[in-house]
Amino acid sequence: MPINVFIIIRKSQGSRVVVSARSFADLTPQASFDIKRCDLHRLDEGPSVQTVLTREDGLRYYRTMQTVRRMELKADQLYKQKIIRGFCHLYDGQEACAVGIEAGINPTDHLITAYRVHGYTYTRGVSVKEILAELTGRKGGIAKGKGGSMHMYAKNFYGGNGIVGAQVPLGAGVALACQYQAKNEVCVTLYGDGAANQGQIFEAFNMAALWKLPCIFICENNKYGMGTSVERASASTDYYKRGDYIPGLRVDGMDVLSVREATRFAADYCRYGKGPILMELQTYRYHGHSMSDPGVSYRTRDEIQEVRGKSDPITMLKDRMISNNMASLEEIKDIDAEIRKEIEEAAQFATSDPEPPLEDLCNHIFFNDTPFEVRGTSPWVKLKSIS
Amino acid sequence: MHNSLDPRQRTQSNMAYLRSILRSGKNAVPAVLRREFHRTLQAAMQVTVRDAIKEAMDEELERDERVFLLGEEVALFEGAYKVTRGLWKKYGDKRIIDTPIAEIGFTGIAVGAAMAGLRPVVEYMSFNFSMQSVDHIINSAAKTYYMSGGLQPVSIVFRGPNGAAPGVAAQHAQCFAAWYGHVPGLKVVSPWSAEDAKGLLKSAIRDDNPVVFLENEIMYGVPFEMSEESQSKDFLIPIGKAKIERKGNHVTLVSHSHVVSRCMDAAAVLAKDGIECEVINLRTIRPMDMEAIETSVLKTKHLITVEGGWPQFGVGGEILARIMEGPGFGYLNAPAVRVTGVDIPMPYAKLLEENTLPQIKDIVFSVKKMLNV
Repeated sequence: MPINVFIIIRKSQGSRVVVSARSFADLTPQASFDIKRCDLHRLDEGPSVQTVLTREDGLRYYRTMQTVRRMELKADQLYKQKIIRGFCHLYDGQEACAVGIEAGINPTDHLITAYRVHGYTYTRGVSVKEILAELTGRKGGIAKGKGGSMHMYAKNFYGGNGIVGAQVPLGAGVALACQYQAKNEVCVTLYGDGAANQGQIFEAFNMAALWKLPCIFICENNKYGMGTSVERASASTDYYKRGDYIPGLRVDGMDVLSVREATRFAADYCRYGKGPILMELQTYRYHGHSMSDPGVSYRTRDEIQEVRGKSDPITMLKDRMISNNMASLEEIKDIDAEIRKEIEEAAQFATSDPEPPLEDLCNHIFFNDTPFEVRGTSPWVKLKSIS
Repeated sequence: MHNSLDPRQRTQSNMAYLRSILRSGKNAVPAVLRREFHRTLQAAMQVTVRDAIKEAMDEELERDERVFLLGEEVALFEGAYKVTRGLWKKYGDKRIIDTPIAEIGFTGIAVGAAMAGLRPVVEYMSFNFSMQSVDHIINSAAKTYYMSGGLQPVSIVFRGPNGAAPGVAAQHAQCFAAWYGHVPGLKVVSPWSAEDAKGLLKSAIRDDNPVVFLENEIMYGVPFEMSEESQSKDFLIPIGKAKIERKGNHVTLVSHSHVVSRCMDAAAVLAKDGIECEVINLRTIRPMDMEAIETSVLKTKHLITVEGGWPQFGVGGEILARIMEGPGFGYLNAPAVRVTGVDIPMPYAKLLEENTLPQIKDIVFSVKKMLNV
């Protein structure tokens, strides 16, 4: 039976408002959800079609996805104000991928991706503050302002890579290190539908399969490689099959629970020596390829609107939780308000923190090395580099 | 040697051991004088560059669990040029890895492994094949520590034969010293002698940064005397310091890799005419030891750089520019010049090939022209 608790709130002008808040005792602690069956390649069984979501996990996924969403929209704003420069590839629409993957692996596992990286930087443990400050090129950024949008790193997180496809052999190499050091860890190696045609990816597939590297290759198929749709770029758009001898599965990338289940399945497969596995996440980006691309010359606004209306990952999770009585609208609103505040504060920091000092210009060339001289722009300008 | 063997067995065992020593190019006499399989500190002995490189890798593999080798034919085949002979038998599949023919793939894998804390040594059958991997060497390895603001170091060595080799023609004979030397974030090493090769490779493997190690096929089989000190397992040569191979007062010859041999030969020829050359073996292309060059130029007042690579935007060009910009210019009695390979792809026919690289007579001619004799 619902228990109504009356809360008295004193507002700033001194008036009092009485609000009724439900206690959390009547909300469902967990529920079971049906998720889409995955298409399978060279696999007899796939991930389970049912999954249990706890209230705690659900709220956490919601909060994380919403934070990434708001962070990316803030980056959009800052870019339009010219406070962020250069490249800025936004992730809004794809949040379920980053959050679902992180939910399916351990913090001690490893992850590497390409340039659409802000979401993963957050899920791998870097604060919004440090991400935004890196975008604005300030010394408080995660890479001290020296990397920018595409070059963010953290423990067990290898960026952030600007050369399309390069991150895939790198990820296979991290998986090699996992195997070499025998710590039962896996490496999640992400790439997009555009990168899927890179030769070096097939070289990486071959070696990963040959040596049974614990590598989860994940293709985030958001239907467009920059301005080129998948049909115009790939002879085969069944990306989950393109690992050929590597087993694959195709997953609904807009459903965080599907992504989580599939990732758990893949991690189990890899972790105990069966070799690499490939996952295709079908997802969608609302923004264009980057901030220089309005994103409507190669697709219709109707298409974007339709995805927003029917398949938005955050809305889907919220609706699920509310309709199953796992969260209240007020709670969600509170979370949203907290996130908004966090993003605002981070943006404040990112716009007010100073740029890295000029003394830092030549530092971090070599690790663990004695300081040395670096030639400046003319022979009379001698700069110093410290590790 | 086992004292428990009967005299005939002991002789057979000694002979087998002797044969293996001779095959590896080492001088037989000190080998016979030794009585044990394990190498202890010796008086100076002859070691080929190939064996010196292998010894360096063997010692570093033994010293640090995280070091491993990968490349084409490095394990079972014992190396396309036999540089890694015996290593796979000793260390096994985990540490000596044969790769498919997939340069960009295995270079990326090696750099990823380095990012995750291992210390790979990547072998290119020829640095000409490294062109396929150049994106990873530069964008994934060299720049990463800087781009990450110091968060992500990359400890890796890229090694293999570079530059000219007899009869291999255009696609297999390019020198990449200038290309890699151009890039901040890389260290580029170019050894000449066996001592260079061993000490510098050990330093390269122990260095926490990406190092490009340019060997040369012509030098692999050449024996050098290695001092007692250089046979120690902790013998290191610092990266970034040149060596004066021959002292002289009249002209400074600066060179690297196999061309140092030609400079030494040219110096011997010139000595007969009373011209004493100071021959500097650069040992490291980046960071380059300008101090050694300037100190020498202060003395000799004449500078000639000698290299096998192409002239445009080459190692010699860089040295001359720095001399112009630095104190060295004031000491010169004549404009510094470069002796280089001819600005053409390497031809096959022997006569043409010989005339594409700087010969002893070319170096002698250049010195005499500069000194006006």
